[in-house]
Amino acid sequence: MILATGKAVVIPNFGGSAYSCERHNPLFCVDWVSRNWDTVLWPALRQHIVLTVIAVAIGFAISTALALAAYRVGWVERPVVVVTLVLYTIPSIALFELLVGIPWLGLSTATAEVALVSYTLLILFRNILTGLREVPEEVRDAARGMGMSARQMLWRVELPLALPAIIAGLRIATVTVISLATIAPLISVESLGTPIFAAISNNLFKTELIAAGGMAVLLAVAADGAFVLVQRRLAPWARVRVR
Amino acid sequence: MSAFGGAFTFIGRDGQVPGAPPLPSLVHLTLGTLEVSAIGIAIAGALAIPLGVWLGHIHRGSFIAINIGNLWRALPSLAVIAIAIAFLGIGLANVELALVVLAVPPIVTNAYVAIDRVERELVDAARGMGMSEWQIVRRVEIPLAVPLIFAGLRTAAVLVVATTTISALTGYSGTLGDIINNETSYHLSGVLGAAICVAGLALAVEAALAGAQRVLTPRAMRLR
Repeated sequence: MILATGKAVVIPNFGGSAYSCERHNPLFCVDWVSRNWDTVLWPALRQHIVLTVIAVAIGFAISTALALAAYRVGWVERPVVVVTLVLYTIPSIALFELLVGIPWLGLSTATAEVALVSYTLLILFRNILTGLREVPEEVRDAARGMGMSARQMLWRVELPLALPAIIAGLRIATVTVISLATIAPLISVESLGTPIFAAISNNLFKTELIAAGGMAVLLAVAADGAFVLVQRRLAPWARVRVR
Repeated sequence: MSAFGGAFTFIGRDGQVPGAPPLPSLVHLTLGTLEVSAIGIAIAGALAIPLGVWLGHIHRGSFIAINIGNLWRALPSLAVIAIAIAFLGIGLANVELALVVLAVPPIVTNAYVAIDRVERELVDAARGMGMSEWQIVRRVEIPLAVPLIFAGLRTAAVLVVATTTISALTGYSGTLGDIINNETSYHLSGVLGAAICVAGLALAVEAALAGAQRVLTPRAMRLR
């Protein structure tokens, strides 16, 4: 029998309670969670967060650069939307496997990051660009009239006013990445999907399914909530908007 | 790039791999994907459209329709399936549950916004003509809201079709996910071929719903 930790374990002691959870497979046993938190659940959660933060940060940097380019130069928008839309519609599992085929990526964290980043681009690019374009012309005129340079206008007028739309985009992108990162174990990259797949192949071990699945759900909800708080703090004038 | 050529050859061979024992037909798996998706979209629509329309009609519950919708959308599908397996076991039921969870938020949000934004004067005029609340919903608000309601359905449908492939990861077979999740047997060209079929199916479902929207809109407008 292979336990979720990956170690082959012999279960001899029928009287012992240590493994009764695995043997009887009840809906949930707290005992298993506390025993495996340090070795299974916490590393998976940490890795999941690391994957997500890196992907959103890189995606945000690329999208911001592209959106600023498209904001200044009109014709940039169309090709960017076409490429990112194509990336966005490739089924995630297929994209992971497709990227593994690229020689310098292979089964690595880099492959997972490339896939995750490619799913953030469309959402972030669209939201940042829309946010910038929705800045009222009068406000821009006023800024120009006050003698602001293009750079000052961007940092002190346009970006702050675009903030609600940008944060709305970050919310959706982050939640999407958290969801997609659960399938990273397909290419041998650890995430909260690792304990989920381990539990599925371990005779549908329920405690682990619920614990790891629940952690992924809570992580997504927590990230979503965190962005709402950030927005209230940074852009108190704007109500949370839905796209 | 040869993988792309191989993908189309794979589709042309109806999902068979030369030298391998007979595999499930690609047409069969595509129809299986369509079936799983259609059930999910139908259940989600049946739950979400009435909810969104009702909330929109009473102009209340924007918090539920919009914020809970957002929160709900945050749920990772694989995690939902994992939790559902613990309760329901492997099978169609928990795949559908995950798909419905995925599809409900965009449908509710759009239906709510669509009905909520119908001009108040029109509703007041209908009420003045002696229409009952049900008649107002049925004959004034819904016809005017058809485009946005369908926008929600179409968004949800594309999401659902793309997500059916995840069901294979949990051991439920009969969809194109079987191919995408089995690179060992099908090789990269097969995986790509199946991905192309999923994308094609998503576009086809989207087009079918767009057609349904076109058919429904003018007739409904005539009722007014």
